[in-house]
Amino acid sequence: MIRFLSQLGRYVLLLQKVFSKPEKASIYYRQTMQEMVYLGFNSVGIITIISFFMGAVITLQTAYNTENPIYPTYLIGLGCRDSIILEFSSTISALILAGKVGSNIASEIGTMRITEQIDALEMMGVNSASYLILPKIIATLVFNPLLTIISIIVGITGGWISGVLAGVITSEDFIYGIQYAFVPFYITYSIIKTVFFAFIITSVSAFQGYYVEGGSLEVGRASTKAVVFSSLLVLLFNVILTQLLLS
Amino acid sequence: MIRINNVNKSFNGNRVLTDISVEFEPGKTNLIIGRSGSGKTVLLKSIMGLHDVDDGEIWFENVLFNKLDFTGKKEIRKEMGVLFQGSALFDSITVEQNVRFPLDMFTNKSPEEKTDRVNFCLNRVNIVNANHLYPAELSGGMKKRVAIARAISLNPKYLFCDEPNSGLDPITAILIDELIKELTKEYSMTTIVNTHDMNSVMENGEKIIFISDGIKYWEGNKDEILHSDCDLLNDFVFANSLAKKLRSEK
Repeated sequence: MIRFLSQLGRYVLLLQKVFSKPEKASIYYRQTMQEMVYLGFNSVGIITIISFFMGAVITLQTAYNTENPIYPTYLIGLGCRDSIILEFSSTISALILAGKVGSNIASEIGTMRITEQIDALEMMGVNSASYLILPKIIATLVFNPLLTIISIIVGITGGWISGVLAGVITSEDFIYGIQYAFVPFYITYSIIKTVFFAFIITSVSAFQGYYVEGGSLEVGRASTKAVVFSSLLVLLFNVILTQLLLS
Repeated sequence: MIRINNVNKSFNGNRVLTDISVEFEPGKTNLIIGRSGSGKTVLLKSIMGLHDVDDGEIWFENVLFNKLDFTGKKEIRKEMGVLFQGSALFDSITVEQNVRFPLDMFTNKSPEEKTDRVNFCLNRVNIVNANHLYPAELSGGMKKRVAIARAISLNPKYLFCDEPNSGLDPITAILIDELIKELTKEYSMTTIVNTHDMNSVMENGEKIIFISDGIKYWEGNKDEILHSDCDLLNDFVFANSLAKKLRSEK
C-alpha cells in the first residue's frame, strides 16, 4: 500500500513537472507535430486493419447468434454499429494502442534515461519531463479521437462487407440497421473515453520510462509494466466512465 | 570558481561522500581522480545538481547552488556545459541538430547565426562533413567531440566532463584531453574532469583531488602527484607493473 501511494505521489509530481510552462513554445509545437506522426499517424494502419476484421467478426457472430425468424435481420447491422461505437473503437483500440504506443513511449524515454540523455537535457536547463512528455500527451489527446472515428467507420464498413459477402444480411438491411435508433451521444461517449484512455496510456507509459534505473533489462521491464498498467487502468476507467456517462 | 564545503551524500543509508571540501579554479582543468566506485561520479553529479546532497554547500561564484529551487538552478545550468561518460547525444537527431539544440532552446538568434555557431563549434572540435550524420554513425571519439561542441555552444562558464576518454584508444584519448585543456584556457572556464586515466592526469592535472570511498585523501597538481606520501594515492598512481618498475628504479 505504501509502495502504491509512493508511486502515485511520484506520478502526480511528474505530471506537475510535465504541465509547467514550456521553455519555448515553438519547439514544443514542432515536437507535438512530430509526435502526432510517430504516435498517431503511424497507428492508422494497425487500427484500420484490426477494426475492419473486428467489424467483420462482430457482424458474422451477431448473425449466427440471432438465427431466429423473430429477430429482424437489420438488428445485425444495429448490433455491429453499437458494439463498435460503444466498446470496440474506444476500448479495444485503446488496449491495442497501449501495446503499440505505450511500449514505444516507455522504451524511448527509458533508453534516454539510461544513456544520460535526460540528464543532458536537465543540465542544459531544459525541463526534461515537460519537453519529452507534454508533446506526446497533446499529440495523442488530439489524434486518438481521430483514430476512434476512423476505427468506427472502418469497423462498420468491415461488418457491412463481410455480412453481405457471407450472405447473412442484405446491404439494404445492414444500412437500415446502422441507421435504426441511432443515438448521436454514443459517438460523444466514445470520444470522451478515447481522450481519457489516450491520457492514461501516454502518461503512465512515460512515467514508467522516466524513472527507469539500471540498464537495457530494466528498460524492457518498464516497457512491459507500461503496457500492463495502462491496459488495466484503461479497463478500470472504462467501467467508471461507462457508469458516469451512460447511467 | 566553484567551492564545495563539507558535502555529504548517502544513498539508502550508505555513505557515498563524506565531508568533501574543495575549491575549483577558473581557467584550470581540475581533475577528480579515484578508483571505480570511489564516488567521483556522485561528486560530479552533486556539484551539477543532478543529486541533492544531504548537507554541505556548493557555491558557484557567490551563489549557493544547492539551496536554489528548480528555476534558480535552471538559470545557473544555462552556464554549464557537460560531457557525459557515454556522450549522451540525442540519438534521434543529427550531429548538427544536437549542437544546435541549446541554441534553439535558449537563444533568439536567426537561423543563419545558429548555423554559423554550430559550424564554428564543430570546426573547433575538428568535426568536418558530419553535420547530417546521426550519433549511431559516429565513432566513440567523434561522439565525444560532438558532445564537447554541444557543451560549448552557449559559451559556458563551467565545463563538467565525466570520464571523457573512457572507451577511447590512447591517442584519441590524448586528443580529447588536449581539446578540453585548450577550450578551458580559451574560454576561461572552470572545468572539472572525472577520470581514472593516468595519461589524463599527467597531461591535464593542473589541480587534482584524489578520493577513495567517498573521502578526499589528497589535493595537489600533476607535478606533486608522483611524490605524494599518501599510500592510497600511490597504490592508485602506481597501479600497473610498468609504473611500479619505474618507481622502484627511481
